[in-house]
Amino acid sequence: MRAVKRRTMATPDAAPGPLAGDRIAAAFARCRARGEAALVTYVMGGDPDLATSKAMALACVEGGADLLELGVPFSDPMADGPTIQHAAERALAAGTTPDGVLEVAAAVRARSDVPIALMGYLNPILARGVERFADGCARAGVDAVIIPDLLPEEAGDVAPVLASRGVRTVFLLAPTSDAARVEAAARAATGFLYFVSVTGVTGARTAVAAEIGPTVAAIREKSPVPVVIGFGVSSPAQARALGALADGVVVGSAIVQRIAEGGTRKARAERVARFVRSLKRALRR
Amino acid sequence: MTVPLPGPRGRFGAYGGRYVPETLVPALEELEAAWLAAREDPAFRAELSDLLTRFAGRETPLGDARRMSADVGGCRVLLKREDLCHTGAHKVNNTLGQVLLARRMGKTRIIAETGAGQHGVATATAAALFGLPCDVFMGALDVERQALNVFRMQLLGARVIPVESGSRTLKDAMNEALRDWVTNVRDTHYIIGSVAGPHPYPALVRDFQSVIGAEARAQCLALAGRLPDAVVACVGGGSNAMGIFSAFLEEPAVKLVAVEAAGHGLASGRHGASLAKGTPGVLHGSRSYVLQDEHGQIREAHSISAGLDYPGVGPELAHLKDTGRLTLMQATDAEALEALQYLARMEGIIPALETAHAVAAAREVARALGPDGLLVVNVSGRGDKDVEQVRRALAAQAPPPRKPARRSRAGAAQRRKGGSR
Ligand SMILES: Cc1ncc(COP(=O)(O)O)c(C=O)c1O
Repeated sequence: MRAVKRRTMATPDAAPGPLAGDRIAAAFARCRARGEAALVTYVMGGDPDLATSKAMALACVEGGADLLELGVPFSDPMADGPTIQHAAERALAAGTTPDGVLEVAAAVRARSDVPIALMGYLNPILARGVERFADGCARAGVDAVIIPDLLPEEAGDVAPVLASRGVRTVFLLAPTSDAARVEAAARAATGFLYFVSVTGVTGARTAVAAEIGPTVAAIREKSPVPVVIGFGVSSPAQARALGALADGVVVGSAIVQRIAEGGTRKARAERVARFVRSLKRALRR
Repeated sequence: MTVPLPGPRGRFGAYGGRYVPETLVPALEELEAAWLAAREDPAFRAELSDLLTRFAGRETPLGDARRMSADVGGCRVLLKREDLCHTGAHKVNNTLGQVLLARRMGKTRIIAETGAGQHGVATATAAALFGLPCDVFMGALDVERQALNVFRMQLLGARVIPVESGSRTLKDAMNEALRDWVTNVRDTHYIIGSVAGPHPYPALVRDFQSVIGAEARAQCLALAGRLPDAVVACVGGGSNAMGIFSAFLEEPAVKLVAVEAAGHGLASGRHGASLAKGTPGVLHGSRSYVLQDEHGQIREAHSISAGLDYPGVGPELAHLKDTGRLTLMQATDAEALEALQYLARMEGIIPALETAHAVAAAREVARALGPDGLLVVNVSGRGDKDVEQVRRALAAQAPPPRKPARRSRAGAAQRRKGGSR
């Protein structure tokens, strides 16, 4: 059930076709078989520098993350709260480019089969050129791209290009999405769907509204792909509660905060791995 | 309100669209529906028209700039006096319209971003008029340089929230307003102050500002018996420009001159000339020309005028640039400062620093048109908000006093001369 492990960076010729090497589906299937929700962890690429973010991504994997999100920093992150804004500022101050984040992805891919999704705003992707960006993703072993300012109806110039390189485009749904929008997202969905748990921006919160249960259930009913819940998840207890509702739970700002607490690279990696392990434990039944 | 609507999904050619978090989509759809219904609703139009007349003071005059005409070689120069609108700029045309829409949609809270503070003041004013709570996001740098407008907003009962992120100017205020909206979208209406942002804002704001063009066209015909050879407006996001251009888009003989902020000069890289120097990209919800680096990171704009200190521009202007319909011009900080004093002395009008950019370019256009020419300049706002900043800028420009201790009559005269330049 495991796809072949890629120890080297795939060449463009060897880039997976649309259906080849579906690490995302495999990861969710594994979790489902164990009766647990997948743990999706977020690290900003280049925060506070490329080498450290690489170590943090690997610490997530070591801690048991089932899927890795790597942030691509942008100067104007309108869907992000202060924690991830500051991470982006640190990454940009260190000179991080999309290529740099792809290097981090390739380094993880050389050591692990964990599915990798880049998360970044549209403009840097357009500036690079969608085709070149998609080639870079395929070469680095990136499985999916999450673009918070790209709606399904605006994705016509982007998603097919990514798909032609075997890279999935992940769309988001929100508590404000009505039935028609859920259906449209479900039609366009590849990889997984990302349900934003709160009406708001990213950032760790102490409580996520309990009433999202029926909304998530309705989305899962319509969706051909797994549905994860993200934004605001900050503790193992919260992860556990939300994990009962969905196929996966995303933890972002809470990890970014632990990286920002400082210390040596090793100390940060241990702190992150420990936190990820505690999340993973909470998601197990 | 007879301007043509944009194409499907708010496209102006290759520009516009809706690049926002999913959370906002229902609110944008609701706003679009409310606006499309309202613009066909006689009751809404009557109410807005009444507010524009009795509250905002429309219609604003179109008047001859006689001394300026003589000075530039005889070209007839007509000034469209948006500076005479209540609150001191064209911005109120849009905020009154949008507050009416907010009420129609049952929204109970208003937010806005502001650069110069003019849009913030106009929003706070409209919110006060309808008893709605109002939060205005303003870059921390702009809070400093537009202190008077901050206080005006507070007097009007609004809360001004300084934004410390990024370049601490208009673009960052807009990011923060969008974040607030994503969080409070169910009960809050976001009044965007220019023809920027996701669909339907560029078309909706132009619609509310098109009253400038409709009046100016009729007034110009009445006054001069013909259409102007050129219409000049400054461009930050582009709302006063699209407002006045909208009545002349289908008149190929009328040149549309869009004046951007050249800051320290286009070559310096420190400017706000998105149309002239930007490249297509996505910022704040729509595709347009933006100032960005090779990696797609948004650059900081620069202008002496907070209202033009923005690295983006409305998508319709981007489209009009590509189709060759626009004549692009720029004015530097120094040229704007000079033009502000020029209009003050020649015509008895202290324009806003934003507007002063248009005045600087208008002098050149008028000279080129010559004695048979007919030119309309959009005086988008008045300069009261800027006098303190202008005083400081002029003091900095003046040669330093030689010997502060000596106070001869000649020395005082020299200082006076230097200080007023
Ligand atoms: C007087 C005045 N003119 C022009 C502008 C620029 O905005 P726009 O290009 O949308 O007209 C502003 C913005 O603050 C302003 O206050």
